[in-house]
Amino acid sequence: MSNQVIHALYDDDDVLLKAVKDIRTEKHHIEEVYTPFPVHGLDKAMGLEETRIAIMSFIYGCIGLGVSIAMMNFIMIEDWPQNIGGKPSFSYLENMPAFVPIMFEMTVFFAAHLMVITFYLRSKLWPFKEAENPNPLTTDDKFLVAVEVHDDEKKLTQFLQKTGAIEITLIENKA
Amino acid sequence: MHYTLPNKLKLFAIVLMGIGFLGLLLGFLSVPTTVEEAKAMVTTEHHGEGHGTEMNHAQGSTHTDSDEAMGHEASHAESHHGESAGHEETNHDDGHGEHLLHQLQNKPWAALYVAALFFFIISLGVLAFYGIQRAAQAGWSIVLFRVMEAITAYLLPGGIIVIVILALSGMHLNHLFIWMDPEVVAHDEIIKNKVGFLNVPFFMIRAIFFLSGWTLYRFFSRKFSLAQDAAPKGDISNHKKNFRISAAFLVFYIVTESIMSWDWIMSIDPHWFSTLFGWYVFASMFVTGVTVIALITIYLKNQGYLEFVNDSHIHDLGKFMFAISIFWTYLWFSQFMLIWYSNIPEEVTYFITRMEDYSLPFFGMLVMNFIFPLLILMNSDYKRANYIIVMAGIVIVLGHYLDVYNMIMPSAVGKQWFIGVSEIGGFLFFLGLFLFIVFKALTKAPLLAKGDPYLGESERFHY
Repeated sequence: MSNQVIHALYDDDDVLLKAVKDIRTEKHHIEEVYTPFPVHGLDKAMGLEETRIAIMSFIYGCIGLGVSIAMMNFIMIEDWPQNIGGKPSFSYLENMPAFVPIMFEMTVFFAAHLMVITFYLRSKLWPFKEAENPNPLTTDDKFLVAVEVHDDEKKLTQFLQKTGAIEITLIENKA
Repeated sequence: MHYTLPNKLKLFAIVLMGIGFLGLLLGFLSVPTTVEEAKAMVTTEHHGEGHGTEMNHAQGSTHTDSDEAMGHEASHAESHHGESAGHEETNHDDGHGEHLLHQLQNKPWAALYVAALFFFIISLGVLAFYGIQRAAQAGWSIVLFRVMEAITAYLLPGGIIVIVILALSGMHLNHLFIWMDPEVVAHDEIIKNKVGFLNVPFFMIRAIFFLSGWTLYRFFSRKFSLAQDAAPKGDISNHKKNFRISAAFLVFYIVTESIMSWDWIMSIDPHWFSTLFGWYVFASMFVTGVTVIALITIYLKNQGYLEFVNDSHIHDLGKFMFAISIFWTYLWFSQFMLIWYSNIPEEVTYFITRMEDYSLPFFGMLVMNFIFPLLILMNSDYKRANYIIVMAGIVIVLGHYLDVYNMIMPSAVGKQWFIGVSEIGGFLFFLGLFLFIVFKALTKAPLLAKGDPYLGESERFHY
């Protein structure tokens, strides 16, 4: 791992996409790309893997469904099967239509919330977390590509300039 | 690109119609004409199944009179029967026998009606989908317009067949709609109070009015669509006209579709009513319509005719199939759960008959229309795989046939249901007719609506 990184700033998302493709064909390693908004197709251009968060969400939903069924089966059928308004509390199935709204909501609740929490954990987001943004301009209207420097810094700078970067800075990595 | 109807497909459709016609004919020929025959039929059937001893019990306790909605509790049926036996001047046993006779006589008619209605509402559902695409100015679906227009070509012939069946019922050739029988109405306070709406002339006028409205929209929309192809570059006046009539049609459609579902489906149980029934029928026809669009598109693409349709279009159709399947289930459950929960006798009989006498089609339909598409169409990649869409599509189409079957049959034939020669015959006959008309209509215009201003967007559509 090199301890030098070049930050190339771009001012247009189309130029950025083209630059990312070029940088990858030149076999330079892109550390990170900072953008003020989602750039459609950037993940494909960077060759990022597809997210698996939908799969997790499905699993969380199944867990929520299971929890709701276990909960209501215990409370309404096993623990204290009262006659409430003539509803058949002899078995879970017989009284199931009355439980469906809760089963549905719990499925959605678990799927949504656990998925969001998973997202926070995986992307390391929490309150009081120190912002990692290298350049405040990237939260407004500029795009930044961080490229690892291996040997020839000058050559890389020239190449990045050719891809349409408006500003190039060399950053020494802290330790 | 022009489509030419392959002879094989034409032959296939004609063979389906032939087989289906024979099946229906067989169904109509095997109908009993007297009470004794009807009883004998049921007896032999039950003996065949080895339930001979249960026969008397089944006949005695659960068959209600023909002037009642199905499924009244036994005691209610008994007392009501006591009253009506007086006018009929028959004894208890003959009343049941007559009822059985009516049910058996209804069987081929109901099979015919279910199949005719099912294929008709497919094309009506596609018409609604098409109208929505036009009115919403959707950019992805332009390449599918000609497929949709071809499917809606079945609207007029299919609708005429349904209306002819309704007219035949109005002429007392069958007992599908008990409120059409003045004898029944005379002794039924509930139906008597509904005569202002449920009377044959008004019923037929409504049916003809609805079908004319839908057909008119279909005619003009198709006309403008073809005219847009021929229009000089930059002239999108036909597209705009189509946009306007589509918006107007959707308003007309949602009102008429709702009344149509009361008339053609709900009135088969004139003692029962449900407020979201129109939506429920709509969801059923909409999801089947979208599914049929997907199936025909995939078929044509595999034949090499729709090279401008890419897997993102199929993906979008898959999303519609998935979402509307869930929407259908939502409405089905909303209707079911509200009635089950409150358990008001006059409403709940509807579901009691279905759950007790039709448990397999009733719950099987839920698996086919909800659980199967839910699990298989959830994955984004699966929605791009043609074979998955075809597989899910076939299950959805059959599931919604069962849905219509469950709406009609319990009131028409009660416990005498069976998916036998006349039901399969009816399905095959209308399937053949549907394929014949739809694919014939595909040959009549280029498969790409090349004049549409959104065509470029649709061809480049990528999800």
